Amino acid sequence: MAIYSQILANGLMLGALYACLAVGFSLVWGVLNVINMLHGSFIILGGYLTWFAWHGWGIHPVVMLPVVGAFMFALGYALQKTVINRVVSAPVLTTLTLTFGLDMILYNVMTYWFTATPRRVQLDLGSVSLGPVTLPVDRLVGTGLALVLTLMLYLVMRGSNIGRAIVAVRMDRSAAELMGIRTERIYAITFGIGALMAGVAGVVFASVFPITTNVTGTYLGKAFVVCVVGGLGSVPGALVGGLVLGLVESLAGHWFGPQQAITAGFVLMLVILLTRPTGLVGVRGYE
Amino acid sequence: MKSGPLAYALLAAGLLVLASTPLWADNYVVRTAAIVAMYGALATSWNFIGGFTGYPSFSTAAFFGLGCYVGAICQHAGVPMMLAWLVATLMVGAFACLLGAIILRLRGHYFAIGSIAVVEVCRLVVSSWSSLTGGGDGLNLPLLTWAPEQVMRFFLFVMLGILVLSLIATALVDRARLGFGLRCIHQNEDAAAMVGINTTLYKVAAYTLSAVFCAAAGAAYASWTGYIDPTESFQILMTVKVPVMAMLGGAGTLAGPFLGAAAFVLLEEVFWANFLDWNRAILGVVIVLLVFFLPGGLLSLARKAKAKANSANSGSGGAA
Repeated sequence: MAIYSQILANGLMLGALYACLAVGFSLVWGVLNVINMLHGSFIILGGYLTWFAWHGWGIHPVVMLPVVGAFMFALGYALQKTVINRVVSAPVLTTLTLTFGLDMILYNVMTYWFTATPRRVQLDLGSVSLGPVTLPVDRLVGTGLALVLTLMLYLVMRGSNIGRAIVAVRMDRSAAELMGIRTERIYAITFGIGALMAGVAGVVFASVFPITTNVTGTYLGKAFVVCVVGGLGSVPGALVGGLVLGLVESLAGHWFGPQQAITAGFVLMLVILLTRPTGLVGVRGYE
Repeated sequence: MKSGPLAYALLAAGLLVLASTPLWADNYVVRTAAIVAMYGALATSWNFIGGFTGYPSFSTAAFFGLGCYVGAICQHAGVPMMLAWLVATLMVGAFACLLGAIILRLRGHYFAIGSIAVVEVCRLVVSSWSSLTGGGDGLNLPLLTWAPEQVMRFFLFVMLGILVLSLIATALVDRARLGFGLRCIHQNEDAAAMVGINTTLYKVAAYTLSAVFCAAAGAAYASWTGYIDPTESFQILMTVKVPVMAMLGGAGTLAGPFLGAAAFVLLEEVFWANFLDWNRAILGVVIVLLVFFLPGGLLSLARKAKAKANSANSGSGGAA
């Protein structure tokens, strides 16, 4: 039984990280109807900024959170405003291809400047034991941060005018326009928030896992799975999707070997796609 | 969508240039010609599901990669090369038929994500099934013992053959009831179903057609390079590159995907040769420019020019 409580703990910690990783992707897909292929590179960019600040100037990752967040928001806002807004209502083939092209550029720039060497912020916080379960403290802190950040996004979406405007645009674009909401601007803000969440997820990830441009695709894949499993465009959906994926990966890794963990995630996604395309907590009609 | 005489002329000229490269050019050019033919075949196949039917399919690399592996495994088991290619084509075709019946129920974004996931699942399964596929170490294939020029020429004509077959299939589908039905599905799937088109059957047919030529090209490619591994065979880059090629030329047309593939491969060669560090970014820029300035593809330029000439000829009477 001890082994299973450890697996459960690992799965939940991983799941919180996945939720934070995917929540921005889910928001962009839900509101803009754009599959953002840049999301994986955004995460890695956030991670690199953190690593270089820590390695070069000794700045603690937690201090970097607002800095990276602000930078990524500006980057996302500018990208949407100048580039993606022009085709935002085009078919998925166009928008996906466009963001993929942008991702190729960002990926190339990052690989050129930072090289693909895996880097990790080593905080050396040790680990704590709770009965039979051992928890590395850096991962525990990362999980806590991921949950806090996700919760903050939830509060912003629920409580602020901007958040309510985003939800309104998601529900009905033309009605929102008639109410005086400038949808183009909301799109840019939404994409900015998506990039911001990817960036801060990158800050957390850099302190837990090694960061390299080679894993941009892997993280993007996680975002796909979390988004489909949980349901689109809502923070609780991403949280549920993240936790489910974390648990499924931990269990599959234990039963079938670590290589199969990723396969299990994708298989889970395909099954959910076919049986419950609105996701586990999705709302019908919002697809 | 009808292709004009200019498109046919370009298509014929392109095929002739590719086929004649062994006569006038060195091995590097012949190799590039074979790559053009291969991507031309991939883009022409994608056109069935992506161009005619309008489904954003990103599973090209899955069919290509499975073709590589089925062909390679057959050849390992002692099946003669050509027969191995045929087996790969048929098996992957059957796989696409089954898979299509399942995932073609999805639409739009969900179909796009699902079809990308298929590539990843195939890659992961192949790389973990080491007893059959050699896992991450990949598989070696028996190399042809001919002179390098001969080998290159042989595979050029093989790839050209697959390309021509895919073009013939496109022309046949275009004229047949199937092509008409697929275009109806593209415009409005619910309406198409309502007027009596068996949309499931038509979509599965298009999806299967989009797989068989990819599988044949993959199996031939495996025999050509003599070595395959999971990351090389199932590339997300390829799965997006191929639709980009088709769109660059003009999705839904006969000649467009091939012309787009030719233009893209040539650009890629130039960038590889001159900007080794930046080729990926430059291709990204090409994609962004394509989406903004050439959404209808290269052939739409010709169509526009013709429309302009026509309206100029028709004089003041029809001017509006």
